[in-house]
Amino acid sequence: MTPDFALFLILALVAVASALGMLFSKNAVYSALYLIINFGTVAVFYLLLSAPFIALAQVTVYAGAIMVLFLFVIMLLGAEQTGRTPARWWNQPLALFLGALLLVEGVYLVFSQRSTLLADLAPAEGFGGPITIGETLFNQYLLPFEATSILLLVAMVGAIVLTRRKARP
Amino acid sequence: MLLSEAVPAGGFFYLAPWVLFFPLIGLLVNILIGGRLGEKAIGGIACAASGLTFVVAVLLAVSLANHPEGQVVPLADWITIGDLRLRWAFQVDTLSVTMMLAVSSVGTLIHIYSIGYMHEDVRLNGDPPRFRRFFVFLNLFILAMMVLVSSDNYLMLFVGWEGVGLCSYLLIGFWYEKGKDGIGNAIAAKKAFVTNRIGDFGFLIAAFTIFVAFGTFEFGPIFAKAGAVSAVAPGLILMITLFMLLGVTGKSAQLPLYVWLPDAMAGPTPVSALIHAATMVTAGVYLVSRSAPLYVQVPLAQNSVALVGGLTALFAATIAVGQFDIKKVLAYSTISQLGFMVAAVGMGAFVAGMFHLVAHAFFKGLLFLSSGSVIQGVEHGHHHVEHDPRLKKTLKQRHAAHQPFDPQDMRNMGGLRRRMPTTFWVYLIGALALAGIFPLAGFWSKDEILAEARLLNPTVYWLLVIAAFFTAFYVGRQILLVFFGEPRTEAAAHARESPPVMTVPLIILAALSAFGGALNLPGLHTFTLWMEHTLEFVHAGEFNLQVAGLSTLLALVALALAWWLYVRRAAELARLPVQKRPDDPLRAMLGPLFTLLENKYWVDELYWAAILNPYIAASRFLAEVVDGRFWHDWFHDTLITSGFNLLTRLLSVRIDLGVIDAIANGLGTFTQRAAGSLRRVQSGYVRYYALSVFLGVVVILGYLILR
Amino acid sequence: MPSLAHYIVLSAVLFTIGALGVLIRRNPIVIFMSVELMLNSANLAFVAFARAYQAVHGQIFVFFVMTVAAAEVAVGLALIVAIFRTKQTIDIDQMSMLKG
Repeated sequence: MTPDFALFLILALVAVASALGMLFSKNAVYSALYLIINFGTVAVFYLLLSAPFIALAQVTVYAGAIMVLFLFVIMLLGAEQTGRTPARWWNQPLALFLGALLLVEGVYLVFSQRSTLLADLAPAEGFGGPITIGETLFNQYLLPFEATSILLLVAMVGAIVLTRRKARP
Repeated sequence: MLLSEAVPAGGFFYLAPWVLFFPLIGLLVNILIGGRLGEKAIGGIACAASGLTFVVAVLLAVSLANHPEGQVVPLADWITIGDLRLRWAFQVDTLSVTMMLAVSSVGTLIHIYSIGYMHEDVRLNGDPPRFRRFFVFLNLFILAMMVLVSSDNYLMLFVGWEGVGLCSYLLIGFWYEKGKDGIGNAIAAKKAFVTNRIGDFGFLIAAFTIFVAFGTFEFGPIFAKAGAVSAVAPGLILMITLFMLLGVTGKSAQLPLYVWLPDAMAGPTPVSALIHAATMVTAGVYLVSRSAPLYVQVPLAQNSVALVGGLTALFAATIAVGQFDIKKVLAYSTISQLGFMVAAVGMGAFVAGMFHLVAHAFFKGLLFLSSGSVIQGVEHGHHHVEHDPRLKKTLKQRHAAHQPFDPQDMRNMGGLRRRMPTTFWVYLIGALALAGIFPLAGFWSKDEILAEARLLNPTVYWLLVIAAFFTAFYVGRQILLVFFGEPRTEAAAHARESPPVMTVPLIILAALSAFGGALNLPGLHTFTLWMEHTLEFVHAGEFNLQVAGLSTLLALVALALAWWLYVRRAAELARLPVQKRPDDPLRAMLGPLFTLLENKYWVDELYWAAILNPYIAASRFLAEVVDGRFWHDWFHDTLITSGFNLLTRLLSVRIDLGVIDAIANGLGTFTQRAAGSLRRVQSGYVRYYALSVFLGVVVILGYLILR
Repeated sequence: MPSLAHYIVLSAVLFTIGALGVLIRRNPIVIFMSVELMLNSANLAFVAFARAYQAVHGQIFVFFVMTVAAAEVAVGLALIVAIFRTKQTIDIDQMSMLKG
């Protein structure tokens, strides 16, 4: 048990726990908060995986902007969660069963392949840093980059249109 | 036409088709525009047509004088099927021209007579416009008869045969709404037609057999092959001749199919004269003469024919003795004389038979026409008596006037020789000719037959001799009842003579009856030589003094007997009171035998009981029970229709509606129900959809792993 | 040293949890958050692979995913708000108007 591995284990547990918390929390705000914890944990993972830029982007965009948006909407709509019976009684058990199945399949898939130790290969200097990211992003992926900017524009317009009240006479 | 060119080298044979065209034109003109013409014009056209036919016949005879072998004049093709090729062709030879002359001469005279007779008759019966129809039918008859005698093959002859049968029917039933019970004439016409039909059946069988045996219908080829075929298949020839005999008994009124002729007297008198005395009924005799080459092959058939003729002659003569209707006497006389002719040609004495045919045409035509004159005279007397207010009537006479008066009953006549002298003299000549008194035509022709019979067939000879005795007797009886003595009724007392348009033809016929014997005087044998060109089997009949003497003696005895009965005896019986007075002295003498003769041996009643009623009952049974109840009602309606309906109901309801519709509807219902079930998949719950997606993912992943 | 396999397993677990969240929860906002969780787990897998294969393209992709996720959240939440305005409730089981 190396310290790396112990760290990884602890962080993984936190991530899974917060995810489960988000899943089972009755209060929507609590779910949001749990998710924020999860995002934070994932950001740390990014750091461990030599992706500092992405880590910070994660914290800024995801935990910062997106979750705030979520919280805004939760506040707007009311966070109550009434516990009524589900539509079909077999929905929940089946979902759980299928989830377990998927997990088993996934794990089996992973361990049936050969995998490399991450520590064997040391990444290049500056791997995952903003300069490297920027170079690849603006050279190779310029078009998708511009497309995403348009996407963001569309999203903005769409959000505004969708929430507009009926036109006044 | 210059006289030198009058007779072309080839003769007038090419005129042969005009014997048909003239009557045809006459009848068409009368049909189309006769309605607008007067009686004289209509009669004139018809007589002209008949007269021109006579002229053509004379020209043909003249041509034959130069070319005695005759000629076949074709007109057009009629039937061409396989081996059978029939033409409309005219056989102009001495035999056919003889018939043509006889028919057209007597026919024309009767046409002229009919103008006067029908003028009165249509007024007596109350339908003047029917005058035209009579002459159309008469011309039609001449046309059909000419077709019959001028044809060169059996089938065309049959066309004429049927045609004269049709005209007979039309003319007998001329006054179709009159007669006994308003239908008697029509029934008589029907009887004639149906009885003739039975004979026609025989003729047709003979014709078909001829085709089977000879392969053709034409006279020439048939008679040439007759000997050869007879050697190979004599049975066929026998069949042909015997069935032809059946046709002859129908058309020429021999036993057993003679029954139509007396009833045919229901037609107007000119019809009786022309068709039922002079011409149509002789068609059978003509047929046998024409078929002579066939008959000489089978002596059995010849004997049959001769025997039928002889028996008929005697049988009919005896019936004539007991008849009171003036025309019925003449009708049975005709049957009897036809028996003479048929016996003659049956024995092989073809010339004698044809000679008697011609002579008989003259004197029987004369007798019928004269009887018509007598009847009309008495009718006029009756009218005169009924409607003249000047005559005082006793109570008895007024009473008698309400009874139906029969102008044809000889018991209502008497003493007419004073009232109708011309008619009396011509009638006397005709009657004596019929009786066979020297030197009238009947004597020569009848004697020739008797002479031949004595040589050829003694049985028939004796039958004919006895028949001749009865012939003279009933002739005398008729003359004495009608013309002698005192008038027995007022009508007879006031009878009047007929107009010249009627009496002139009578006089002409009387002359022919008187001098017609010159046709074939023994020694000269004009007619025999004439006929020899066509018939190969003739031989000149020798005059036999014995035969002639015997027959003349018998005739005189019969006439004397008639005189004694109807003058002397009648005078005696007249002294008896009215109730005890018999209507006929012969009845007093013969008693029940006379009743038998008067009722014509009840032959008609026998036919009705034995043949017609069972036949009618059988046909009624077949029609009502078999055809109606069984076939239509049960078989068709119940079995087929109901069965069919049942089947269709089964098919339509059970199968079409039940099965096929069920399948079609079932498909629809199934689709609906399936859709209804599947619809519930769209629950509207998003989580449910997501679950489905998730399930799919898991399944696919699993499949990929396990692969 | 955690191998690639560990990171992928973790990603799978997080993904499963996210999927379950989509299936089980009835609050659409929470469902949305579960979707974000799923996206995140995919991002984690990407970055892990990028590190393993020394290719920065994986991280570029994560960058794009994040952008799209942000846009998607914006629009999705706007949708939820609009639905709430109409139906006065955001219970997902009430949104069954497309029921067949």
